[in-house]
Amino acid sequence: MKAFVGFIKKEFYHIFRDKRSLFILFGMPIAQILLFGFAITNEINNVDIAILDHSKDATTKEIINKIAASPYFSIQDFVESEKDVESVFQKGKVKAVLNFEKDFSKKLNGKYQATVQIITDATDPNTANTISNYVSAILGNYQQGLNIDFQIPYQIKPSSRMMYNPELKSVFMFVPGVMTIILMLVSAMMTSISITKEKELGTMEILLVSPLKPYEVIIGKVIPYIFLSLINATIIVVLSIFVFKMPVEGSLLLLALESILFILSALALGILISTVSTTQQTAMMISLMGLMLPVILLSGFIFPLSSMPMPLQIISNIIPAKWFIIIIKSIMLKGVGIAFIWKETLILLGMTLFFMVLSIRKYKIRLE
Amino acid sequence: MKPENVIEVENLSKQFGNFKAVDSISFELKKGEIFGFLGANGAGKTTAMKILIGISHPSSGKARVAGFDVYKETENIKKNIGYMSQKFALYDDLTVRENIMFFGGIYGLSRKIIKEKTKALEEELQLQDISNQLVGSLPLGWKQKLSFSVALLHQPKIVFLDEPTGGVDPITRRQFWEMIYKAADQGTTIFVTTHYMDEAEYCDRVSIMVNGRIEALDSPKKLKQQFQAESMNEVFLKLARG
Repeated sequence: MKAFVGFIKKEFYHIFRDKRSLFILFGMPIAQILLFGFAITNEINNVDIAILDHSKDATTKEIINKIAASPYFSIQDFVESEKDVESVFQKGKVKAVLNFEKDFSKKLNGKYQATVQIITDATDPNTANTISNYVSAILGNYQQGLNIDFQIPYQIKPSSRMMYNPELKSVFMFVPGVMTIILMLVSAMMTSISITKEKELGTMEILLVSPLKPYEVIIGKVIPYIFLSLINATIIVVLSIFVFKMPVEGSLLLLALESILFILSALALGILISTVSTTQQTAMMISLMGLMLPVILLSGFIFPLSSMPMPLQIISNIIPAKWFIIIIKSIMLKGVGIAFIWKETLILLGMTLFFMVLSIRKYKIRLE
Repeated sequence: MKPENVIEVENLSKQFGNFKAVDSISFELKKGEIFGFLGANGAGKTTAMKILIGISHPSSGKARVAGFDVYKETENIKKNIGYMSQKFALYDDLTVRENIMFFGGIYGLSRKIIKEKTKALEEELQLQDISNQLVGSLPLGWKQKLSFSVALLHQPKIVFLDEPTGGVDPITRRQFWEMIYKAADQGTTIFVTTHYMDEAEYCDRVSIMVNGRIEALDSPKKLKQQFQAESMNEVFLKLARG
């Protein structure tokens, strides 16, 4: 037992004396969560637009004022003709141009119909789409004001309510994903690198010749990373609560237990990787290509799974991260208990056991 | 097992598929002996040594190390042997003292004993000034001496040295062999593999392995007489060329 404690102490020396691993351990989670929280969002804010007003009458002025007053847009430029539209886009000054047709007010009052063309810079398709939707919403709103005394005889009014994330904050979607990535990175990549490092330096041989049992060596190497992963998970949750006002509706204990389960599955994968690689570089490459890429692409973290082709959807089922993301989203946003996520938990548990048995067997074969 | 023997090997073999890496080797080692285990690369030295240090199982034959069976009692073997590899594997990012503390710890030495040993070692190797330095900053010769001392920390009956002088300058090699003699004088058996033939001359007895078999085993003096050779190098070449 004492030998074991000494082993863990040594492992912490390794971690705390290596600036690179310290950065991955503590810099990465904070940097990633802030990056995803602040920089990468699907919302638009203060988008620069230009106006091409062919009529310059009372109505267009009113609409332009309405748009200028909204927090989503800021009017940067007024262009005089269609010819100038292209050039303002090319300069990259604005993301959209609103083109009001000639005699706007007259047509609206006479024929009850007038057109505004929304021209967007679709080099960034998502933003272009969002801008177009927001402008339409503002125009619709204005139109409703005009029709106030007038009722259309048949009306179906959609009334939508966004449950669990009423403000549609994208950070709510990213936090579970970032947490998954970080736990995977720390648990799987860092452990596989630290085990292969001992192999590379020849110290693993010394440890195997010592009275320490092989499983003690592995557990000793893994325990510090379980501990650090939990600290990381805590940092992420605390940041998301206090900086991004993300709710944790469900039980924190359940969240912690599920996180431990996921950490264990990632550790087992890390050990498995270390049994097949002889150098740190290989371990890192396998971790990045074999684990991180699928986590980012196929876990439903950034790209919705339901819109993927069938084969990819099927493949996504074997990625532990997919199930973990479903679990944490359910706990944090929906506030459900184990009764609603036992199926996902069971799948994750099964995967964890499978990877553990596999890595133990691989490890034994290597020793023979 | 005879009381004066610390290693007894009888018809030991290790087979990988159709390839016999170790082919029915037999030898005995006495307490305090310095035994040179020679052979070209791929002759089966490392495989044989792995069996004796308890990290590989033999295919057939018998072997006892420090009185324990290599099939069933590897745990006990591990407690009674020391091992130093050609990489002088210490932790570069730990200080000299932390390395001693760690390796002493995994052999189950108490804190008090480790402290005493550290002090004794510091005096013996004149490490006082550098014992709080990271091992990574030490020259290779220092690492090698330290690595050997660490392998002796738990007073093993036998120390296995796997090409312990690779890449080290001749003066340091000479100093290192003085350390080996000292350990042998104190009753530790030394089992050393090397490919420096001048070092073979320093051993009490040497064995030469060719293609998995031990082709010669005796004191360097007798081997030179037997093969009518001037040096161990000649003996080795005569054997290896067949």
